[in-house]
Amino acid sequence: MAKKPNNNRRDFLQLSTLTLGGIGTAAFIWPFIKSMSPAEDTLAAGSTEVDISMIEEGQSVTIKWRGKPVFIKKRTKEEIEAAKMVQASDLRDPQDDADRVQKEEWLVLVGVCTHLGCVPLGQKLSDMKGDYDGWYCPCHGSHYDTSGRIRKGPAPTNLDVPPYSFLNDTTIKIG
Amino acid sequence: MDQNRKVHQFKNPVLNWIEFRLPIISYFKKEYGDYPMPKNCNYFWSFGALATITLVTMIVSGIFLAMNYTPHTDMAFDSVERIMRDVNYGWLMRYLHSNGAAFFFIIVYIHMVRAMYFGSYKYPRELNWILGVFIFLLMIATSFLGYTLPWGQMSYWGATVITNLFSAIPLIGEGLKTWLLGDYNVGNATLNRFFALHYVLPFVIFGVVGLHVAAVHVHGSNNPDGIDIKSKNDSVNFFPYMLVKDTVAMCAFGVAISAVIFFGPNLMAEVDNYIPADPLVTPAHIVPNWYLAPFYAILRAVPDKLGGVILMFGAIAILFVLPWLDTSKVRSCNYRPIYKWLMMAFFVNFFILGYVGMLPAEGLYLLIARVGLVYYFGFFLVLTPFIGWIEKPNKLPLSISDVYSKNIEQTIGGGEKGIPSPAMQKDINL
Repeated sequence: MAKKPNNNRRDFLQLSTLTLGGIGTAAFIWPFIKSMSPAEDTLAAGSTEVDISMIEEGQSVTIKWRGKPVFIKKRTKEEIEAAKMVQASDLRDPQDDADRVQKEEWLVLVGVCTHLGCVPLGQKLSDMKGDYDGWYCPCHGSHYDTSGRIRKGPAPTNLDVPPYSFLNDTTIKIG
Repeated sequence: MDQNRKVHQFKNPVLNWIEFRLPIISYFKKEYGDYPMPKNCNYFWSFGALATITLVTMIVSGIFLAMNYTPHTDMAFDSVERIMRDVNYGWLMRYLHSNGAAFFFIIVYIHMVRAMYFGSYKYPRELNWILGVFIFLLMIATSFLGYTLPWGQMSYWGATVITNLFSAIPLIGEGLKTWLLGDYNVGNATLNRFFALHYVLPFVIFGVVGLHVAAVHVHGSNNPDGIDIKSKNDSVNFFPYMLVKDTVAMCAFGVAISAVIFFGPNLMAEVDNYIPADPLVTPAHIVPNWYLAPFYAILRAVPDKLGGVILMFGAIAILFVLPWLDTSKVRSCNYRPIYKWLMMAFFVNFFILGYVGMLPAEGLYLLIARVGLVYYFGFFLVLTPFIGWIEKPNKLPLSISDVYSKNIEQTIGGGEKGIPSPAMQKDINL
């Protein structure tokens, strides 16, 4: 090595090689990471139609949507009143009852506690319904009201309302 | 290549042939034959060997279970029941594997208690401790993944609750959870990937164990008095002395684990896990494996979702920096009159946290968990650095041999400090 190496040129070569190698590695890793996301057939199994003509007032049914339980409840007059009485500003996750339903008597909820994902009790007549007469999660003690809003316990947010629409008076499409 | 390098000569020509091409025999002789162990090491020092043996047992029994297991949501539960009823000795493999996991944690906890009490994590063994905590972390992950595989109610809801912890992370949490599960909830994609990872992680653990052992062999093992080996007098060769001692420990361990496998194989199992997984019904009480209950207690003691998750992971992460939190130069708690009792209280507190972690998080239990949580972090962040500064440690013995000569020294009025006592000189003559 008689000549002094040209440092600028060497730096450029090193940097561009490393950059290209880095991009190449990232491009190679991406398919592996992406392969772990939900597959196309999992995404496709996204909507369910439910016949609600058989549900009596005060009764609630559980159906399966995207592998999760969805609660469909036909609320009584008293339950609707109780849900409307609450001032949204007093709640942990402020939301009016009117923003959570399309038709007052029909309440549709994803039956998964927003704390750590257990299924709350309250669907059967014999179940504990919690202090607010809605649902109660047995895992870590979250209480939900007749609108599925969090009132007491560790859950941070209200029970989710899934996307749904009334196809006619007796059929709901969820998803 | 270097033709002049010194090759160790053995009597057996086959060994010489191998040694010339791969110096593995002299390596084993150095690391496991002539390797000097402090001669005062007690049975606490056998738990590293026990843990290694348990790891190998878990890998072997796991491979044979995998030959009969089906990682599909429709068939997983039935395939496990088939292993229990129809596969020859399948029940033995499964009970060995499930109880072996619990014993693995018992052994590793004792191994960690040893390292903490006798200060094995201090200079120059900090990296060794860090590798050990890393192994512990991998073990927790592996046991969680494995617990999902039988696809019972506890498997399903345990996996649901733990993966939901990630949804507590702001902004990316929900997406990260879906990515980890491969679905919107724990499903077939989840079971498949959990099986794949549960199979491979133990081999990763095995690799890190290799580094862990290599690292301890650089500066040698610590000992109950926490002082370095100063002369040949202070140590014994690993073979045959420590090997025999470890073998005795292994026999006792074999008796203990056999008693559980053959007479109480479901003592540490949850009844609900014999009910097939049902995504629509949550069991009334979800409990983790008892060996992870202390961390679960910490999670539930915090009223905030994200805060609970941070403190739970923090409880493990804080172990990594323990060597730098401890400001005392003295290793062994035997010579630390104050810290010794705080350390004991830490172990008792950890046990209590585990106990309340298995009970419902309400009322008195919740209060106990909160007090336990405060002591857990207070011990590491306040007491450990602070006591190191103010405590006046007891006088350390001059050498490991000195520990043994002390009693004789007192009766015959042996030499001053620094001058070998008659007992020690006698020792040298041997």
